[in-house]
Amino acid sequence: MTFGKISFGIGRAAIGLGLSLAGVLTNAVPAFAQEAPAASAAAPSAIATGAAGGAAQASSAGSYTPMAPTPGVGMPVDGGIGLQDQYSKLGEYGYAIHHGLLWVIGLITLFVLILLVIVAVRFNRRANPVASKTSHNTILEVVWTLAPVLILIGIAVPSIDLIAKQYKPAPKSALTIKVTGNQWFWTYGYPDNGDFEVISNMLNIPGEPTINNGVREVGSKPWDGPSHLEVDNRMVVPVGEPIRLQITAADVIHSFAIPSLWFKLDAVPGRINEKVLVVEKPGVYYGQCSELCGAKHGYMPIAVEALPRDKYNAWVLTHAGGEIDGKKPAAEAAPAAAAPAAAPAPGSSEAAASDAPAGEATAEAE
Amino acid sequence: MATTADHFQAHSEDHGHHDSDHKPAFFARWFMSTNHKDIGTMYLIFAIIAGIVGGAFSGMMRVELAEPGIQYLDTFARWFGAVNPDFNTTLHTWNVLITAHGLIMVFFMVMPAMIGGFGNWFVPLMIGAPDMAFPRMNNISFWLTVAGFCSLLCSAFVPGGTGNGAGTGWTVYAPLSTSGSPGPAVDFGIFSLHLAGAGSIMGAINFITTILNMRAPGMTLHKMPLFVWSMLVTAFLLLLSLPVLAAAITMLLTDRNFGTTFFDASGGGDPILYQHLFWFFGHPEVYIMILPGFGIISQIVSTFSKKPVFGYLGMAYAMVAIGVVGFIVWAHHMYATGLSVNTKMYFTAATMVIAVPTGVKIFSWIATMWGGSIEFKSPMVWAIGFIFLFTVGGVTGVVLANGGVDDVLHDTYYVVAHFHYVLSLGAVTALFAGFYYWFPKMSGRMHSEFLAHVHFWIFFVGVNMIFFPMHFLGLQGMPRRYPDYAEAYAHWNHVATIGYMVMAASLVVWFVNIVYAYVAGKRAEDNYWGEGATTLEWTLTSPPPFHQFETLPVIGETAHH
Repeated sequence: MTFGKISFGIGRAAIGLGLSLAGVLTNAVPAFAQEAPAASAAAPSAIATGAAGGAAQASSAGSYTPMAPTPGVGMPVDGGIGLQDQYSKLGEYGYAIHHGLLWVIGLITLFVLILLVIVAVRFNRRANPVASKTSHNTILEVVWTLAPVLILIGIAVPSIDLIAKQYKPAPKSALTIKVTGNQWFWTYGYPDNGDFEVISNMLNIPGEPTINNGVREVGSKPWDGPSHLEVDNRMVVPVGEPIRLQITAADVIHSFAIPSLWFKLDAVPGRINEKVLVVEKPGVYYGQCSELCGAKHGYMPIAVEALPRDKYNAWVLTHAGGEIDGKKPAAEAAPAAAAPAAAPAPGSSEAAASDAPAGEATAEAE
Repeated sequence: MATTADHFQAHSEDHGHHDSDHKPAFFARWFMSTNHKDIGTMYLIFAIIAGIVGGAFSGMMRVELAEPGIQYLDTFARWFGAVNPDFNTTLHTWNVLITAHGLIMVFFMVMPAMIGGFGNWFVPLMIGAPDMAFPRMNNISFWLTVAGFCSLLCSAFVPGGTGNGAGTGWTVYAPLSTSGSPGPAVDFGIFSLHLAGAGSIMGAINFITTILNMRAPGMTLHKMPLFVWSMLVTAFLLLLSLPVLAAAITMLLTDRNFGTTFFDASGGGDPILYQHLFWFFGHPEVYIMILPGFGIISQIVSTFSKKPVFGYLGMAYAMVAIGVVGFIVWAHHMYATGLSVNTKMYFTAATMVIAVPTGVKIFSWIATMWGGSIEFKSPMVWAIGFIFLFTVGGVTGVVLANGGVDDVLHDTYYVVAHFHYVLSLGAVTALFAGFYYWFPKMSGRMHSEFLAHVHFWIFFVGVNMIFFPMHFLGLQGMPRRYPDYAEAYAHWNHVATIGYMVMAASLVVWFVNIVYAYVAGKRAEDNYWGEGATTLEWTLTSPPPFHQFETLPVIGETAHH
């Protein structure tokens, strides 16, 4: 059974956390393996910084202070009645389509209401004591069949166009982030940056039971966003560039959703769903799991922090094993370089499957 | 019962219906019943009881959602048998509530009331038949439904993973319902669907046979009342979709208990396959719930406008079209699962097609009223309320049909608002319309028109207060099936909870009205709605004799529907 190009049904062997990204990518998505050599083009500026900066750069490079969210941006607003403001091109397009739809459905509902009022006023028993016996009018029936058809065609054209745009695949050079839904937290893997993993739990709410393993309370740090939405470790992404999100789940179905980025895609165990995300503006964008996944379904929010490339790189380097274009920060570079180029050097087998095979990239950087 | 017995006396004297009105003794009459009217009555009483349970569950949900944070779930968890529930058990109770509310309202309230209740009562009466084709099968359909309900209630008190009860949502998605929910609760839930499904399939066979074979002489298919048409289409939808559900949940059962891996990727199965199977049933199911409502509304609008239904054939075939197209749009419930681009485009286009026959129905009802001499009796007020509310629910359906727009609205409260506008405000409004239309015919006693109008207006305000703000919550991104939410969502949730209390108050008026009818209601005449009511049930006494149409009525060439 084929579910199409985007959802890679990976079938028999692979399930859960233990699923090897390498196996998935080489078996089901040969295109990914081929594009590996091109990966170094991902961010030329970053290479330059990484290569030229040396030790001095590296010490300051691995730094990160979480961004404080702007109130009302990337989150619901008090008593709000419309869609959240959008911070992606697709979101702006979808927002505009929804706006148009709202007018269409509003006018249709108003039209029906007006007809009902007219009927009630003009054709009640007092105003019209003798009922007509008319029960057919072919022209009228044809009109009220064809008019909705035309309206629907008018809706379908931009709607289908929106779907087509949403399915545009990521460019080969795009950064890949692997999103995994778990009961009841998210993990974010960065295979292009040394394959480190970020575990993201919701922050506790003051006065409520502990949500996840004693993580701190929301509001205890100056950059914390709203309760129920803020997490301990956000999914940090570079702003303005296409990001290839590969979404799966370890146990049951979850759904990775960020309303202000017009993004929602289910995380299904045994399957990788892929979709492009482009965040247009630096900021923090919140979402929540959107597929019933058990007891704490309501307690596994999503927080995406979009940073400029250099700050993103600095964030990457704060993680053990974090690397930019296959290059470790200078402090760690020496032991890594000592490894023979042929050996499947730093990182796991999963790293080998990412866009830049570790050995090759290390050699290149030397 | 005293009323009925008195009536029987009065009847036999007045009309000499002695033989036709011979009723069996109490136990034989109600526990071994083969009479379509008695079974219909039992279905209606059952649906009211199930509705009270399901409605109580939604009340528990709304009170918890009145404010952010978890306030009452801990107490509710104890009700289901948890001793000192931990946080996970407490939250699991929420999932049990949403699951039970959905299953009860769909399988044990709307369907039994629409099909088992009004269908059983009025299909034979409207086509001039003495009873249903298979009276004993009719009886077992009912008792299977009752057994299914008991199985579902049992599931709430046995372990279902993180706590007692099945917490899978009414959709029972794998793998949450398989590896994600150890314990017998989900098995009880699945078995409940098997029982109710078997009952419904037998009911469907019964209706199809009855309608195709037992119409009075002269009543061609194109002269059948639209309510009968709606039941015929509904019965076919049941017959074609329920076996698919039965297969899907049987596979769940074997995945859970016998080591199969139909829906487990690690064994070569696919969790998405379950969703395709479920929604292949699930989408026709929503039309199963609303089509009989369409039929009821058509009868009422025609009766109180004192006009035949406008565009009768268009109305009948619009229902057939909705039924047919309803089978090929299922994956619009799955836009977020990672469908391919072409699949998503197809289901977007196909789903929007349904708006066309639905529009035909809305406009035809208005055209029926146009030029009429409308009496605003209680059923008509409910019917007009239905037309407007169903329109609101329908147009948000057109928004959700768009796969690209659904990316932001899928699984949010916008969806909850949409399907409650077509079901809670659509199907249930149609049920109340039908109730006030036919209650005197079924009971022989007139209800209070004043209380029926009061019931309508309070209900109308209440349900709109509950569900309209949910559009806002959904657009703002609040996901459904959440017991707790960010502060920003507090305002509209609070409004919705107040709306629930208003709606609940309207139900008190309804119960008072039923009591009033039995205690002080006037005896109902044969045709208490007057000249506009032209279908065959109005030629009979109120209530009709125990066995009617022993001499079949003959439908003339010129008779209209």
